[in-house]
Formats: sequence, structure tokens, C-alpha cells
Amino acid sequence: MITLIARPAPSRFWAWATPVLAVLATMIAGGVLFAILGKDPLEAIRVIFWDPLFGANAGYFRGQLFIKAGPLILIAAGLAVGFRAGIWNIGAEGQYIVGALCGASVALAAYPAQSVLIFPAMVLAGALGGWAWGMIPALLKTRFGASEILVSLMLVYVAQNLLAWAAFGPLKNPQGFGFPGSRNLQQYPSAHNIELIAGSGIHWGVMAGFAALIGTYVLMNRHIAGFRIQVAGDAPKAARFAGVAPARLVAFCLGLSGALAGLAGMFEVAGPSGQITDSFGAGYGFTAIIVAFLGRLNPVGILLAGLLMALTYIGGDMAQLMLQLPAAAIQVFQGMLLFFLLGFDLLTNYTVKWGWARA
Amino acid sequence: MGMGAGMMLGGIDLVALAAMLMVASTPILLAATGELIAEKAGVLNLGVEGMMIMGAIGGFAGAVLTGSPAVGFVAGAISGALMALLFGFLTQVLLSNQVATGLALTLFGLGLSALIGKGFEGVRPPATGKLDLGALGDLPVLGPILFRHDWVVYFSLGLVVAVWLFLHLSRSGLILRAVGENHEAAHALGYRVVAVRMGALAFGGALAGLGGAYLSLVRVPQWTEGMTTGAGWIALAIVVFGSWRVERVLLGAYLFGGVTVLQLRLQAAGYAIPVQLLSMAPYVITIVALVIISARHRHGAQAAPAALGRIFHASR
Repeated sequence: MITLIARPAPSRFWAWATPVLAVLATMIAGGVLFAILGKDPLEAIRVIFWDPLFGANAGYFRGQLFIKAGPLILIAAGLAVGFRAGIWNIGAEGQYIVGALCGASVALAAYPAQSVLIFPAMVLAGALGGWAWGMIPALLKTRFGASEILVSLMLVYVAQNLLAWAAFGPLKNPQGFGFPGSRNLQQYPSAHNIELIAGSGIHWGVMAGFAALIGTYVLMNRHIAGFRIQVAGDAPKAARFAGVAPARLVAFCLGLSGALAGLAGMFEVAGPSGQITDSFGAGYGFTAIIVAFLGRLNPVGILLAGLLMALTYIGGDMAQLMLQLPAAAIQVFQGMLLFFLLGFDLLTNYTVKWGWARA
Repeated sequence: MGMGAGMMLGGIDLVALAAMLMVASTPILLAATGELIAEKAGVLNLGVEGMMIMGAIGGFAGAVLTGSPAVGFVAGAISGALMALLFGFLTQVLLSNQVATGLALTLFGLGLSALIGKGFEGVRPPATGKLDLGALGDLPVLGPILFRHDWVVYFSLGLVVAVWLFLHLSRSGLILRAVGENHEAAHALGYRVVAVRMGALAFGGALAGLGGAYLSLVRVPQWTEGMTTGAGWIALAIVVFGSWRVERVLLGAYLFGGVTVLQLRLQAAGYAIPVQLLSMAPYVITIVALVIISARHRHGAQAAPAALGRIFHASR
């Protein structure tokens, strides 16, 4: 018989040990999954986790790491602030798409003019677009009490349809020979989100991701707003007594995470992706939720978790190429990681006693 | 205009529309009814989408491999229930956060179903026969709308009645509601909170799985990756819209089915509205419905079960 005793405060040791434990458990469970799929588990794990970092073509893949981790980190940094306050924005994918649409629209409207003002204007438009899309659930929550979870999620599907409409309609490349998709912004110097250090994969979006981590760290640890967010999450009733206005908190958290997700989308469309197509939304907004939890809603943790998830994307692509491992296997892998993390978290909040409890 | 053409409005056949409405509403009705039971027991399972898509592929695989749609529906229900038990183990035994675990269930289900589904793309499932209701099916107008469907449509309606009776008239229903309203008190009275919740979750998962199987075996009918396209999330919204009452959940599911069918018909009728903008309609309407009902509840009695989403840890 197992008895659980609640800890007076979460264990700091286990708070950091559980993500490591979860990664190890996921590798074992993933190995079993790969074996079921008829692949050599050790080879699959090596191809996914080792080769991109230390293998023959590691030089190329290390650059890819930041390209994939950049948007994840940028989105997760914003989500973590809301999650700490118990405000669940799970529609970052939609805010990411709308940010990209707004950023690209500014660029395409200015085309073919060249000016140093175009890129900053796109950044502003991307952030505003994501912010506005995040403010819809915020307003519906504070005005009418509608669940921000369901509204933000529904808006992902609305945004995806908006994206498809834009790719086939107003943003379609007039010189694209009838193919859907916008002009490629990589070929438009004023709008191109360039790689800042050759071969590193670091573009303005990755820099923004780092800035967001520092910014949210300062906010949460050195600012009264961060304290209020923390209290609201830990003790909603106490927060009200301490003068925290829930409505302003909801608007702040959803607005911030929306703006950061919008920025991520804008940097992606102006850089690595280059154009608006109907398949532009690649699920970064959902994977970022895993990154936020795996990183313990903490900036340093999010940086590490973002790089790890980026690695699974790159390693997954490699495994697909070399071992014919289906792309969906990586999605399963990411889902399992979150399960293990949530399960092992029991150790953070409770002590486990073996043996019969005396009544 | 002959009788065969039916009643037309703006290029849309109203009888065919109403008949399609019942089929379109059924998967959502099943999933929402299941989630209602789980939530009435105090558990917020946001993984409906993941359970539905696993039911869709589980049911599809079961039906294709055995050639029997009935086996498929059972397999779909089992797939959904297994997913729900995984959620139950994490949230009830390992006491994990229900919102995060529900999200994980959805992400995991979307991935795993895509993985299993690789070999089933482009395959046609065995057809699910329509029930022969004799003379009822030959009635003008009402016949095609109400009496020419497969058994799952009638099963889902019977289920609504059964769940209403269970919640309002049975002793077990009372215990379920007690657990959902105040788990400490229910525990003190000697009811096994975790066991009740596990049962409610498994029931909800089975229905979500059945709803998913209905999508892949009847509604579409084929397997494509991510084919639930938010149906599970809409089912969650319909539980809120229905104020946790099964008869209103039925109304919500049929309203939603109506909107879906209408926008599909408008697409087919060739109006000059872009297809993608019409496809937004079900999600936008869901948001609007959610807002209206939330606003109405704001200043009234709380409709949600009081212990919904809260972690239960018995110290004794």
C-alpha cells in the first residue's frame, strides 16, 4: 500500500529532477515504441538525440536547432507567465498564425519598395496581430466569463481557415503562376528576417526569444506584477484581498502571450519559412505548451526545454529520412514526455510512503 | 416541381439538410454526453479531442480488419476508454493537473492516431447499414428526416434519455453528483471518490471513442490524419453551453450540427463566399454560444459542478 503525504512546499530538488527523469523515461518508452515499429531502438535514439549534435553533419544541424527552438522559446516564455497565474492560453497556435499574417501583409503591401522601416513595421504588426487575437479570449473572459481555454482553442481553427483563405486569396503571389501561397519574403531584402551569424541559425526571432526569457525573468522575480501573478496562481482568493484585479491580470497575460506568439509567427514567415502558405502553422503553438511545462514555467528551464524539443524535431526528420520512422512517432514522443513529466511531478508535491498507513 | 425535389430554399434541399443534421450532430452528441458524466463527477477532461481521434482510428482499424462495422464501433469505444483511463491514472492516482493532463492526452492522441493510421489511408470502411423502420421510413418529409438512419443515431438519442434518468432518478446518479459537488463530504460519507471518477471517465472516454468511430465509419467515411478537426473541443464547449444538463446538451449538439450542415450546403450550392470563411462558421458560432451562456450564468446560480477540476487527495 502506498500513502501520499502532501509536502508543506513543493520540493526544489524534485522540481528540477522530474524533467530529467521524464526525459529518460520517455527515451525508454520511445525505444519500446520504436521497437514495436520494427526499428532498432538504440539506433533510433542515437539518430534523434545524438547525431544532430555530434554526428557527421552536426555543423549543419546545430544551426537548425536555433531555427526550431526560437519560436518555441518565444511562445513558451509568454505562455509560462499566464500558466503561473492560472490563465490558460492554449490558442498560441492561432496567435502565431495571425501574427504571421499581419507581419506578411505589411511586407506585401509595401512590396517592392525598399526601406529600413519595413522590417520594424512588420515586427510591430506581428506583435499587434497576436496581441489582438489573444485579447479576444481575454475580453470574452473578463466581460462575459467565457472560458479562455475553449475560446482561445476555437480561435486556432478560425485562424487556420483565415490562413488558408489568405494563401489562396488576398495574399496570393500575383506572379505565382496560379499556385497558392504568397511571395517569398526571403527574396525581398527589406522584409527578410536574415540569419545574424552565418551558420548559427540565429535570426531576429531567436534574439527576441532570448529577450523574452530575460524580460519574463525580470517581470516574475523583480517586479511587483510578477508577484501578483504568482499570488493569483497560488491563492486566487488571497490575490483579490491583496488588490489584484483579476480582469487586468487576464488581459495582461493573454495579451502578452498573444503578442509574443504573434512575433514568433512574424519572424518565422519573414525568415525560415519565407511565405504564407496554407500549411504555415506547423504546431509550434501547441509544442510550446509542452516546452513551458517541461521548463517548469521558468526562463532557464524553457531555454533548455526549447532546445530539447527542437532536437526532437530535427532528429525526428533525420530518423524519418534514414530509418523511415513515421513523422507522427515524434508527436507521440512529445506527448509521452508531457505525460511522464506530469506523472512524476507527484514527487515534487508529495512524499510517497510505502507500507500500510495506520488509521 | 415534383415531390421528389423536396422543399428548396436558396438552392438548398431542406429535407436533405435536416436528415444530414442528425448524422452531423451524432458524434458531438456522443462525446458531449460522455464528457457531461465525467464533469458531473467533478473531473474536467480536456482530452476529448484526443479520445475521439483514437476512437476514430481504433474504430476504423477494427471495422476494416474484421469487415464488421459493429466490431469497429466497439473497438472505437474501447480505444477512447483506454485513453480516458490513462488520464484517470494520471489525474486521480498521480494527482496531476487536469488542464495540463487533458492537453497532453489530446497531443498524444493526435500523434498516436496518425502513427497507427498510416496503413489505413485511402481505405474504404465496410458500410454501416441503415435501420429498416418499415412504414415509418416511407412517411413523407418526416421519413427521410427522422427514420432512415443507422442505429448509432438512435442509440445516441436513447443515451440522452438514459443519462437523464440515471442522473435524476437513480441512487448511483446521486452519488456521482455528490462526488462532483463536494468530494470531501462524499469521501467522509464513505463513497469511493476515485473509483466513481474512474468509472465516469471511462464511460466518457468510451462515448468520445464511439463518436470518433462514427466520424470515420459513417460521417466521412474514411481515415485522414487529424480528421476530428476540433470536434472534441466543440463537445467540451457544448457541455458548458448545455449548463451541465443533458437535455440542453442535446439541443446544443443539434444546433451545432445544423450550423455545420448549413455551411457545407452553402459551400456546395456555390455561393460567392470563400470556402475557408464558411468553414470558420462552426467555431465562431461555438464561441458566440459560449459567450451568451456564460453571460447568462454570470449573475445566477453556478451551473458547473462545484468540485470540477479540483484535485482530490484523501488525507485519511
